[in-house]
Amino acid sequence: MLILNNVGMTYHSGSGPVEALRDVNLEINDGEFVSLLGPSGCGKSTLLFIVTGLTVPTAGYVTIDDKKITEPFHEAGFVFQDHLLLEWRNVLQNVSIQGELRGMDKQVAHERSMELLHMVGLEDFKDKYPHELSGGMQQRISICRALHHDPKLLLMDEPFGALDAFTRDQMRVDLERLWAKRNSTVLFVTHDISEAILLSDRVVVISRRPGTVLEQIKIDLPRPRNFSVSESAEFLSYKHRLTKTFMEMGVLYE
Amino acid sequence: MIKRMKKRWLNLFWGLITFAVLIGLWQLACEVFDVPMYLVPPPVKIWEALLKYWSVTVRANLLYTLSSIGIGYALTIVISIPLAILFATSQWLEKTVYPILVAIQLVPKVALAPLFIVWFGFGLTSKVILVFLLSFFALLVDATTGFKSLNPRLVFVAKTMTNSPWEFFWKIRFPAALPHIFTGFKISISSATTGAIIAEFVGSNQGLGYLMLRANGELNTPYLFAALLVLSVVGIALYKLVEYAEALVIPWHSSVRTRLQ
Repeated sequence: MLILNNVGMTYHSGSGPVEALRDVNLEINDGEFVSLLGPSGCGKSTLLFIVTGLTVPTAGYVTIDDKKITEPFHEAGFVFQDHLLLEWRNVLQNVSIQGELRGMDKQVAHERSMELLHMVGLEDFKDKYPHELSGGMQQRISICRALHHDPKLLLMDEPFGALDAFTRDQMRVDLERLWAKRNSTVLFVTHDISEAILLSDRVVVISRRPGTVLEQIKIDLPRPRNFSVSESAEFLSYKHRLTKTFMEMGVLYE
Repeated sequence: MIKRMKKRWLNLFWGLITFAVLIGLWQLACEVFDVPMYLVPPPVKIWEALLKYWSVTVRANLLYTLSSIGIGYALTIVISIPLAILFATSQWLEKTVYPILVAIQLVPKVALAPLFIVWFGFGLTSKVILVFLLSFFALLVDATTGFKSLNPRLVFVAKTMTNSPWEFFWKIRFPAALPHIFTGFKISISSATTGAIIAEFVGSNQGLGYLMLRANGELNTPYLFAALLVLSVVGIALYKLVEYAEALVIPWHSSVRTRLQ
């Protein structure tokens, strides 16, 4: 269980202190898929860094399985909007670096990588270099790298933000399939309402700066959620409800 | 692939043709206008001089110049790269030592060359030092940029993977810096050649620079041009060598990829 306890974050910039997060309280169950949905600049990304101990909050604390996080949490995998692949390594080596840096046997690391590449349908591309791949492929490999060590926590910061609409839909379905085979807890940062609903067990709405939890909506849509789900009445009612929240926040207006 | 190769050979072919035409025009102009030999010798005479003096003086002096470039450049590599790593990791060091190095860089070192002769003697040491001083800064600046230019989010990703700064450096930070380091290598190698020649001009009894001065003194201009020719080939060859090494070491980088296309 991941618990955020009154987490707050204030930066000191040249023009004075900036309060990015205030009194964030969240409880996330093991294996849960949770989206953090909010407008740009509301501190969603900062929250991911705080959760993994890469950034120390100025108020409150985080616990994972009752252990307070005080240093970088190693059972985590990160995926960002940019793939952050190493351009001097081929696909297989890029996925395997996760195991290599963790002291895993090279052969074992490669076998695990091949297994993951097979799951995303890219095993034939194992000898290619990142620059030879499309954006969607690069991001798939980035996800494979993040899952290589079966992390307890998978943290995704707008991972599909730079992809075209078709690739995005496909990636969403693929991600759900990958996640279903493992038992990682996922924290998924996005500002796309549909994406949040379609992927999550729970959507957490974060307010404008200073970011705090405004609303939490449990999403009760059956899994796996294929493309037709986005036409169902339940989906639309969730979407309606969240759109209303954002209109009240003043992020959307007519 | 074959098409690309063909195009490269074709480019080389036209390059050589252009070169040959220019040489031919030079030869022709010398003969038609009867230009005195001590002013501008015709290419044929330069070639004759090169053949005549090659084993007598040119080869030995070439080796001397090459060794001052080689040792000076090696010094640049072993000093600039570790220093760049220190600058990239310690802001304090960068703030205190870097300005001093910039100051050294800004002093016209060529003007100090006579002093180096006084300090370090007529031999190889003074040449090596000037080669080093003229070439270390470009590599230092580029390598420092390289070691600093890692995407901060990639640093975060790596921190969740390992606690070992050593592993992080060798597997991520160092390879990421290589494109910048090679840019530094390329700029530095051309300054290194310049450094060696200047040092030999100022005070030496060996080296291609010295040979040119001697030929000049004897009004043996074809000899001078022969030494100059060798020197130019050295400069181009050294640069191409670095470029070749770059293509071997970082074939994945966009600078190399676009060049090969």
